[in-house]
Order: sequence, then C-alpha cells, then structure tokens
Amino acid sequence: MSALSLERGLQAFRGEIDAPVAAFFSSCVHCGLCAQACPFYVETGDPKYTPVLKLEPLRLVWEREFTLWGRIKGALGLSRRVTDALLEEWEELLYDSCTMCGRCSMVCPVGNDLQYMIRKAREGMVASGHAPDGLIGASVRAIETGSPMGLKWKTLEVQIKHVESSTGLTVPIDVADAEYLVLLSSMEIINFPEYLEALTRIFDHAGVSWTLSTDCFEATNAGVQIGSKDIAATLVERVVAAAETLRVKSVISPECGHAYTGVRWEGPNLIGRAYPFRVFHIIEVLDRLRTEGRIRTEGKEGDRLSMHDPCNLARKSGVIDEQRRLMDLVAENFVELKEHGRYQWCCGAGGGVSSNERADELKRAAFKRKKAQIEEVEPERMVTMCATCRTQLEEGLEDFNMDIPVVGLTEMIAAHLVEKEEGDNHD
Amino acid sequence: MSDPMDFLLWVKGPMFSAALAIFALGILVRLSEILLLGRRPNFAEPRGGEWGPGLRTVLSRFVADSGTFQRAPFDVLVGWIWHLGFIVALLLFIPHIELINSLLGIAWPGLPNPVVDAVAAVTLAALAATLIHRLVHPVKRRLSTPEDYLIWTVTFLPIITGYLAYHRLINPYPLALGLHILAAEVFLIVLPFTKLTHIFTAFIARWYTGAAFGRKGVTP
Repeated sequence: MSALSLERGLQAFRGEIDAPVAAFFSSCVHCGLCAQACPFYVETGDPKYTPVLKLEPLRLVWEREFTLWGRIKGALGLSRRVTDALLEEWEELLYDSCTMCGRCSMVCPVGNDLQYMIRKAREGMVASGHAPDGLIGASVRAIETGSPMGLKWKTLEVQIKHVESSTGLTVPIDVADAEYLVLLSSMEIINFPEYLEALTRIFDHAGVSWTLSTDCFEATNAGVQIGSKDIAATLVERVVAAAETLRVKSVISPECGHAYTGVRWEGPNLIGRAYPFRVFHIIEVLDRLRTEGRIRTEGKEGDRLSMHDPCNLARKSGVIDEQRRLMDLVAENFVELKEHGRYQWCCGAGGGVSSNERADELKRAAFKRKKAQIEEVEPERMVTMCATCRTQLEEGLEDFNMDIPVVGLTEMIAAHLVEKEEGDNHD
Repeated sequence: MSDPMDFLLWVKGPMFSAALAIFALGILVRLSEILLLGRRPNFAEPRGGEWGPGLRTVLSRFVADSGTFQRAPFDVLVGWIWHLGFIVALLLFIPHIELINSLLGIAWPGLPNPVVDAVAAVTLAALAATLIHRLVHPVKRRLSTPEDYLIWTVTFLPIITGYLAYHRLINPYPLALGLHILAAEVFLIVLPFTKLTHIFTAFIARWYTGAAFGRKGVTP
C-alpha cells in the first residue's frame, strides 16, 4: 500500500463507476428513505448517517466526469471537487457508520443498490489513503500472516488437538480429493472453538469427506472490508490455490458473513475467472445434509429461541430458509424477530466496523436497533451463524444487562445428533 | 409578444418544438451515458436469474416494505398521492389526451373534468406538503441542494398554472394557457439535466438492483 494519493483515489473511484452506479446516482431524488433503513441513522438520529450521503465523494466524481452536464459545470468552475479534506471527513461515514448490511438497498424506492456503491467507494478511500487504521492493520496482518488477527496454523493445531481428544475423532488435514475444504475464521478459532468441534462431529455423523488445509484456513477477507481489490484478490487466491491443490469439489465458508460473500460472490470476479469448485456456507451444507437424511437428530431445545440473520448470508446471499429448516430440526419454541430474512436489521458490527476500534461507540449505538428487535419477542436465547454477529450480540446484550445467551446454529445441531451405534457405517 | 395570443402561439409553436427537442436529445444523452458504461462480467456461479427478479423489482419498488411504511408513512403516502395525481392530471385530462392524439395519433378515455380538477387540487396540496417536509425533516434538509428546490418548482408550476387556467383565475385565457404550456416546457427542458431523469432511470436502477439480488437468490 505505497504511494497512496488523492489522484490514485480519484482513479479508483473512476474505475468503479459502471452502468448501475450511473443509473443509481441519476435516480436519487433525495427522499431520505434510506436513512430509515440504516441502524446508524435510526439509532443516532444524526442525518449525516443517511446512506446516500455517505456516497458523496463517488457521486461527485460521477457527476463531474461521467455526465455531460457535470462536465459543462466543471468547465465553468461550478462543481465541487473531491479533495483530501472531503475524503477525510467522509472516512467516518464510509467506514465507521456503515456495515455494508445492504438494508438501504432493499428499501430505496428508486431501486438504488447503495451497499454496492459503498463497497465501490471504499476502493477510492483506500487508494487515497483514507482508510481507518484498524482495517489497515487487519489487512496487513491478513496479507502477512494469513489471518486478520495474526493467528497462525500453530494456534489452530492446538485447537485441533483439543477437538480430537474431546471427540475421539480425527480432524482431516490436507486430505487430497476430499469433497469439502473447510475454512474457518480467526474470530471463530479464538472466540468460538466449539464450532470446529461441532463441525467435526456432524461431518463424522453424516459421513462427509472433508479436510482442512495447512496452506489456507482463513476464510475472512479484510480486503473486501477495507475496500481493496488487490488485497481481497490476494486473499481469495490463497483459498483458490488451497482448493485446487487438494482438488476438492467444494469449499465451505464458516459461520461468518462477509467471508461467505467475499469468497462466494466477489472472489471469482476478484481473480477474473470462475472457480473449478463450488462454494457453500456451512448452513447450506447442513441443510443439504438434512434434506438427504444424513443428519439424524434427537430431542429439541425447549426454551424460547429467536434468530439473527447475518446480513451477508440472508439479505446479500439469499440463504434464508435453510437456517429456519435447521432450527425446526432442533427447536420446538422458535420465534421470529419481526423484521427478519431479507429485511432483518444488522447487528452493527459487520463490514469492517468491528475491526475499526474508532467506530466502537457507533457500533454500540447501531446495536440498539437489534436490541429493540430482540426485546419485542423476548427470547430466552438467540441463535445466529456468524462469528462477528455473535460477538456483537453477546457484547451488546451484556452491555444492556440482558441475560440472553447467544449460540451458533452449527453447534446446536451438533448437540442433538443421534449417537452413532457400534459398527454404524456411513460410507 | 406583448399580445397574449402571440405568446400562446409562440409557446405552442417554436417553443414547444424546442422543448421537445431538448428533452428528447437530453434524455438520449443521459441514457447513453448510463448504459454505455456497462457492467463487468460476473464470474460467480449464479443462484438465480437476472431478468425475472430485475423486472419484478421494477414493479415491487412501487410499494414500500411494511417496516419502511411504519417508519416513514408520510413519505410513502404523500409520495404516492402526488405522483399518482400528477400522472392522472397529465394523462387523463381530456384536453391533454387530445393534444397527445394530435401529436401521436393515439388516444384513450379520459376522466370527467371535475374529477381531474379535484385530483389536481389534492396533488398541489400534497406537493406543498412535500416541500414543507423537505424544509423541516432533518434528513431531507441535510440532503437537499438547490436542485431539489428547483425540481420541486418546475414540477409544481405546470399543475398550478393548469389549475389556474382551468378555473380562469388568470386572464386573459390565452395568457393562462400559454403560461401553463410554458411551465410544461420548462419541465421538459429541465428534466434531462436534473434528477427528474429518475422518471426514466429509476426503472433502470431498479432492474440492475433486482438483477444483482436475483442472481444471488434474493428476492429484492
């Protein structure tokens, strides 16, 4: 990330402007309804957090350089230029107060995909040297160590040993020609080691052929969050190389939201080619195993459970029914939050906000929307399937002294597996 | 052009042609500027189609989701009322249909004049309400630029002048009618250079968004 400059930033903005962006900016009538969809505006009441306003730098470049009228105005000295001062002011708006949750994209009456443009605008911010330090740190660690938290394979290896001793199962490592390559997130490895154990149990139970790769275990992509195609592509290349080396049929993204959209939707475009393998979120895989009758469960959770849909999984990837079918399998008292699925509210921590320490106060403010949603239905526990969401829910609920534990769906499924009988063979 | 009749002939003649030409050329430029940019190829394995969800979104965004409606009922209702009122007054007022018939040779049944009159009155009231809302609502105030007030004005003028002409509140009548037609022409001229282009581009925007979400298997 050398020689960052305003000119490079402007060049990056230019490179991001395509037909949808031009259609979106041409259509915005400043109705402000996107603000009503944004947890950062709704919970702070500050109009500067109106989503479309966050796009002003990109809009200025579009108007000045991509419209006839704007070029005329520019020639006459009538239009505003993008300056370093402007970008500095907008850094908070484009990073601290936006999780790229895409809720605004769902409600805009003229149909503007605002989240799509935020992602693009961040490219210009990075190139001009206006990205938050927290995200720069995460990106550098991701490139240098393979993990945004600086986690090494050795740490994971210790965890694998624990999983193996507590389950009596073997965690497959670098197994060529396995069906699935399993990726993890550092957040998960550190905060929720139960995920790997749950996965190991479920895959053994269902007779799934899977493997971890010592070359690449990290699914998250700091490049997608900070908005740098170069960094994002480098990280995706590692996943692709590991999958190709082991000749797996599919790659499984863990209980993490942006990791999934990063590798599933952005990845092939970052590297400029289709993958020779498929990509699934773990929830999709579990639901397919359920459909195939390969997951046999017993007993159900009896307490009142509700569910938080990760934005990246539900609204941005269409995985909405899968987690509900899985919940039905193991929960008898499930209650939906009022706005859920594609209209669910973000937890407030995604899109790089949780890696950006400066945004901590805003992150807490945005969580209040989720808290209000949870209070409406009064669950005894919350279930989710993204480590960032889960951490935010846990911390947020604790902040408000709400005694509502948060569990991952994968581990909940694992807890209800029918014990394997002696000689049971799933091959 | 001190004579109202001369003024009317001018707005109906050369000025009308000029306005139509600027409008048509302007829109052509704007749409080309957008569509020629294109989209990059998408290599991600699709989960759904683009065309169906794109077209569905073109329609579905006319209706707000229930959460947005609850949080911003004024925007949704008043927005609907004045847009619909504007379209009714434009396309279902019999003299307008006759004008379109004389230009394009197509016609359709109109509404009785008193009905269109009432619709116009409601539309004017709703538009006035949107202006007040824009001036007082913190988000709208923060977002608004001079262009927003300009397009409010050029939208309001054709309706108010039409209303005044219909009720013979401006005299002589040729002047009233001339002012109404001029206001409509100003609207046409301003349209391609302002966010009034959303009349066309919103459908493109909706399609792109619907297609992008549809490709990922989300119904937007």
